Order: sequence, then C-alpha cells, then structure tokens
Amino acid sequence: MNIWIAIAATAVGCYAVKLAGLLVPAGVLERPVVRRLAALLPVALLAALTAQQTFSDGQALVVDARAAGLAAAAVALILRAPFLIVVAAAVAVTAGVRALGG
Amino acid sequence: MGIAVGLSGFAFGVTSAGSGLTLLQTCALSLLVFTGASQFALVGALAAGGGAFTAAAGAFFLGVRNAFYGLRLSQLLALPRAVRPFAAQWVIDETTAVALAQPGRRSARLGFLVTGLSLYVLWNLTTLLGALGAEAIGDTDAWGLDAAGPAVFLALLAPMLRTGTERTVAGLAVLLGLGLLPVLPAGVPVLVAALAAPAVLWAQGRRHAARGDAAEGER
Repeated sequence: MNIWIAIAATAVGCYAVKLAGLLVPAGVLERPVVRRLAALLPVALLAALTAQQTFSDGQALVVDARAAGLAAAAVALILRAPFLIVVAAAVAVTAGVRALGG
Repeated sequence: MGIAVGLSGFAFGVTSAGSGLTLLQTCALSLLVFTGASQFALVGALAAGGGAFTAAAGAFFLGVRNAFYGLRLSQLLALPRAVRPFAAQWVIDETTAVALAQPGRRSARLGFLVTGLSLYVLWNLTTLLGALGAEAIGDTDAWGLDAAGPAVFLALLAPMLRTGTERTVAGLAVLLGLGLLPVLPAGVPVLVAALAAPAVLWAQGRRHAARGDAAEGER
C-alpha cells in the first residue's frame, strides 16, 4: 500500500510540473535565479543519489563491489564511452568483483 | 537515443523489481511517471526503507526540470490549450532536445510527437522486459544489477558538471547525502543534499556582491 501511495504521489507531482511548464506564463520561470536553481537542483540530487546508492546498505555506509562498478562507469565516462557501455561496465565489474568474493 | 532509452528502461525494470516492487507497480511507474531519473530515485528510496512521501519528494524535485523544458516547448510548439494536458506527459529530456533541434514549428511539432510516442512505447516495453527478466534471473545483486541505478545517475550527471559551480554543488551534495545517511530517516538526506544547490547559489551571490562593494570602495 505504502508503495502505491508513493507511486501515486510521484505520478501526480511529476505530471503537474510537466503541465505547469506548458501552461504558466513565460515570465514566472524566466527569472535568472529560478533558471539557475532549476539547472543546479538535478546536479545536487543526482550526485547525492549516485553516492548513496553506491556506498550505502540501509543506513550504514559501506564500500563494496558497487564502488568498483561505479569507478568502472566513471572511467568509461571519461573515455567518452556511450551510455550503454557505461552502465554495462558498472554491472559487469560489480558482478565480477562479487564473484571473486569482494 | 533509442538504444540508450531502451537500456535505461530495461535497467529500470530490473532495478525496480530488485527493489521489491511488483511487476504491476513497476509498469505503473513507467506508464504514469515517465521520467527516468525520478523513477530510479523513487525505487531506490523505497528500497532503502524511505517513507512514501519522502521518497516521492526526491523523485518530484528531480522532475522539476521538466517544467523548464515545458516552458521552452510551449513557446516553440504553440500548442492549443486543449492539447497541452495530453502533450504534457511527453515533456522530457529527449523530446525537448529533438524539438529544439528542428528548424521550424511544423517539424518541431512532428519531432516532439514522433519522439514522444516512440520513446513512451519503448520505455514501457523495456521496463516490462526488465521486470520480467529480473524475476526470471532471481538474485539481481549477484549479476551486479544493483550497480545499474547509480551508473545511470552518474551518466546523467557527468555532462552537467561543466563549471566549478556544478562541481561544487555535486561535491557538497555527496558530502551531505553520505554524511547525513546514518543519522536521518531514509530518503531525507537526499532532500537535504538538494539544498546544496540554493546554498552554493547564495554563497556565489554574496561573493559577487562583496566584489561589487570592493570595486566601489576603490573608486
């Protein structure tokens, strides 16, 4: 039930912001501060989410095979590999390190 | 672009199923939310034991960027008001990029329609396949599939880190997100980490103001 509430809240919220962009007059969102903030919010959220989903187990901070997988993804990104390779590298290295007992 | 979206959809299906969501819940998310980063964030937060509304709040803030896409699209496409509620669901990163790349309004509308429809179908089909695949292979962690979510986030984040401002925000958000993880309820640290964005903007504003004062003092 809890999950359905979360799904419903997310669906309504995400649809509302999409529609808001199409409906509100341009002036409201065109202010430079609002634009800068909107560009930086995803940066903060994605950075925090990447770190948490790599280095956490519940509420504990851990370094495990996922860290190696993320490092592989980072290397792939630096080498300008396509999206597919980036994600595949993370998955393969994580699985490999786990198989080796990491 | 289709391959990237298809793979993300598949990865989302796998991640979502691995996070304990049912097939129906996973597919409902892709059908109803249809904005990838928010979906990944939501299932990640739920898997970590976050409450329904804290999890949804993180997903919501990630979706806020779509409002700015909508703003640019509404000027570009000039859709009739009655059509906008139907077009809104397709206002995402990829459709905006395609529409903005078109030379005229007609081709922009066509580009938006074709991209929106094909990605919507693709995203939902691959989500279904991913969720079914995850059920078939059982322990998704053994295959390293729990690393897919963070890798997708990193791939989305990397091109955004253009200047020092973005890097400062990202660094501060990582510190807040990890530092607060053991002490705050699940899902909340991400929301606090989001404050890195206004905090860095505010600090920059102050520095600019201070520099302005100094320049005036010299005169």
